Amino acid sequence: MLLRLAPWILISVLVVPLAAGLLMVILPAFGYLPVLGGETFHFDAWQALWQRPGLYRSILLSYASGLITTLVALSIVALFLAASRGTWLDRGIRRLVSPLLAIPHAAVAFGLAFLIAPSGLFVRWVSPGLTGWERPPDILIVNDPLGLSLMAGLVLKEVPFLLLMCLAALPQLDPEKRVTLARSLGYSANIAWLKSVFPVLYPLIRLPVYAVIAYATSVVDMAMILGPTLPPTLSVSILGWFNDPDLDHRYMASAGAVLQFGVTLAALLTWWLGEQCVKRVSQGWLVNGARNTGAMAIAVGGRLLLATTTLLAISAIGGLVIFSVAGFWRFPDALPGTFTLDHWQRILPSVTTPLLNTLSVGLAATLMAAVMVVATLENAVRHHLPVSRSQWLLYLPLIVPQVAFLFGLVVAAESINLRPQVALVIAAHLLFVAPYLYLSLSEAYRRLDPRWMQVAHSLGASPWRAFWRVRLPLLLAPLLTACAVSLAVSIGQYLPTLLLGGGRVPTITTEAVAMASGGNRRLIAVLALLQALLPFIGFSLALLIPRLAWAKRRQMRGVA
Amino acid sequence: MLTPRSPRRLASIAPLLALALPAVAAPDPSDWQNVVAQAEGQTVYWNAWGGEARTNAYIDWVAQQVDERYGIELVHVKLGDTSEAVSRVLAEKQAGNDDAGSVDMIWINGENFAAMKENDLLFGPWAESLPNYPLTDPDNTPAVRYDWTIPVEGLESPWSSSQVVFYYDTALVEEHPNNMPELLDWAAQNPGEFTYPQVPNFLGNAFITQALLELSDNTEVFYAPMQEGDFDEATEPLWAYLDELHPHLWRSGRAFPSNSADLRSLMGDSEISIALSFSTTEASGAIANYELPDTVRSYVHDSGMIGNISFMAIPYNAENKAGAMVVANYLMSPEAQAEKQDPDVWGSNTVLSMKQLSAEERALFDDIDLGIATLPPSELGEVLGQPHPSWVDALAEAWQKRYVN
Repeated sequence: MLLRLAPWILISVLVVPLAAGLLMVILPAFGYLPVLGGETFHFDAWQALWQRPGLYRSILLSYASGLITTLVALSIVALFLAASRGTWLDRGIRRLVSPLLAIPHAAVAFGLAFLIAPSGLFVRWVSPGLTGWERPPDILIVNDPLGLSLMAGLVLKEVPFLLLMCLAALPQLDPEKRVTLARSLGYSANIAWLKSVFPVLYPLIRLPVYAVIAYATSVVDMAMILGPTLPPTLSVSILGWFNDPDLDHRYMASAGAVLQFGVTLAALLTWWLGEQCVKRVSQGWLVNGARNTGAMAIAVGGRLLLATTTLLAISAIGGLVIFSVAGFWRFPDALPGTFTLDHWQRILPSVTTPLLNTLSVGLAATLMAAVMVVATLENAVRHHLPVSRSQWLLYLPLIVPQVAFLFGLVVAAESINLRPQVALVIAAHLLFVAPYLYLSLSEAYRRLDPRWMQVAHSLGASPWRAFWRVRLPLLLAPLLTACAVSLAVSIGQYLPTLLLGGGRVPTITTEAVAMASGGNRRLIAVLALLQALLPFIGFSLALLIPRLAWAKRRQMRGVA
Repeated sequence: MLTPRSPRRLASIAPLLALALPAVAAPDPSDWQNVVAQAEGQTVYWNAWGGEARTNAYIDWVAQQVDERYGIELVHVKLGDTSEAVSRVLAEKQAGNDDAGSVDMIWINGENFAAMKENDLLFGPWAESLPNYPLTDPDNTPAVRYDWTIPVEGLESPWSSSQVVFYYDTALVEEHPNNMPELLDWAAQNPGEFTYPQVPNFLGNAFITQALLELSDNTEVFYAPMQEGDFDEATEPLWAYLDELHPHLWRSGRAFPSNSADLRSLMGDSEISIALSFSTTEASGAIANYELPDTVRSYVHDSGMIGNISFMAIPYNAENKAGAMVVANYLMSPEAQAEKQDPDVWGSNTVLSMKQLSAEERALFDDIDLGIATLPPSELGEVLGQPHPSWVDALAEAWQKRYVN
């Protein structure tokens, strides 16, 4: 039966290419790369790697930014949720946050860099009036050696993702009941939420948190724009070695890719150890009976932090919008001297094909992933399978850094005569889309009250009929949200599109990155805004469709 | 299976073959008519840096031209970095794809060329057989036969010539420096207002190479492969200079812009007042694009500036070699070169020798307005050749060891 095979199909679709790609990178890391004459195994590449100037700092930067970013983003989300009371202000902030998920990482990075740079928007607005600066101050903010700008950029992008994951998981926990009960015992609302809801919420968003850690330790595009340069983060260094004209650097690049995998694993392990400690230490706090300590700080801090994050991200986008129509903009003018539509006119004629490619690849990958993931989940629910240990295999593509296996995957595909083409790009996107879809959907799927299906069966519906008529409609909102996340993930893919498509499948993202290498900030702004357009439409539809479909059934509209 | 034996027969069915059989015999460039016939109906995937709207627009124009003239469909594969194409060819070779490669033609030069040549990743020789090749006057222009001192040997055809120039904002700088020691003095008096891209970016490499050539008494040694033991003594003046310069740079040398585009943004934001570029027309183009103020002008150092030529190469396993050769030849035509040199289009300098052109063809170039910030050819001074890649590699490596910590 096909349904029983579904989990295995899903796992092999993800794991086989990953393993093949990893193998093709591990071999050169130990000296085996016959094309370049490497036919014996040895550790030369590792020796060369350890001698790279600045390697230890690169490693430390990647490791630390992964952990710190995640900790900060998670705290902001948790504090906001604890403080959030469903007022118009809280709802407004929530609504503003979700579209931020649609904006590609690189676009946010460009926008943020321009906000906070010494010649950026903030300084322009207060200069020379308040500062007296006629020239930008010579201060190292963007590309700072500690990677603080990079971490800030990552936090801006990860907060909306974690918030969305929390909002999707929360309804299954009946948070209102828990809070009400705790309040009846005299706890203030914020403390009640933190003590009674967060401990049960965290296990549900644990995997997304791990995905965030893995992503932040190995991110390339944001690190290139905001990260330190002397030395850069490990993943940026690796990409440089892979692209070095001196082909002998390949061996070292491969060793670096393996090392990056190790650094990501180390960060994950550290977090896991941290979880264990927090579990021990917090037990006392959970039951110490303190009902109001810190409640005020949480109320103010939670809202303030999330609002700041949101405002920063929106200002970054605002900066992009201004740039996309800016003429020359002399420092310290608050606004450009002239405005022009030149930049849009120059780009628009050439983006039809990339936009269509982006959309068709994204929809195809999302659709295939949705079918496989739903089949897998349905199989698990129908046969009452516990969350199996093999589930972590699904997340491998999110945990193994892209630079660690994509270069090898190209070789693997070529070896079995798979030439670059659209189908291959879709398959590569599937590697990243399917895990995110699973991540976004599985909790909602599992936790749907089983009594709904029992009722359907007792009314005589076959398992399939119950699935189509009861389960899917009940899960419409989370399913659409998961699909929107997947579409956004697909649209943001750069390396897989370029490498597996051999450059022949231009998407709006490959155009944007190619244009970014030319550094014309105005054209970059136009492409970044266009790049954000499709996922934005996706998220809007995911919000709108359930509202339209269930216009008369308020309870079914979902939370996303 | 149909196995074509005679090139003539192959030519007549080439369009069909392109669809049906990926593996065809390599075309013989000396039989040009046959190459053109074979090229008809081919789709040529041209892997070229895609970071500049004007460059991309020019490539689109070329695509229209070769479609009308030769029935070739030209597809621009936009790269963020040329080495992406080198990677691709390498992966294909690694996987045993020796005749249906996905890269037909690469815009390339210098280190990428050296690496591909050394690892037998290139098709050829073919370039010297192109009908338009003699227009570059190769016998009197060594630059078209050596790519960073590496003999080209017909493995790539010349496309554009470029030279490093400095540009500065006349609203902020009274008198620009004319050589490296003056640049140091100027930087010391105007701290934070000059920087160069981080090595090993190619413009960053060009800057330290330029400094090396200017500061050394004997530059001949740099044009031969580096010998063991040469390095420390020959580069000593450079490091002394950079050690002294860095504290006066933008952000005190604690960070560097990543490439020429970054550098241009810093100039546009008034963070720095002097920058450099590998394109003589960059400043004019950037003014037209609203990226730089119209007070920017270009200048060169007294002793001449490093320059080079960029080329077209065809990978050994390219699927559409005939089409690639026809496009490469068209790119060297007076018409295509003049269009490229027009700053309104792109502003990239021709590789053709004016002596070899007819009066009519020369007129195409004479009529071009170079733009306000572009130096006329007579003021560009001497073009210094790029040192041998072994020197450039070693310099980049040493720079990293010294300044990355």
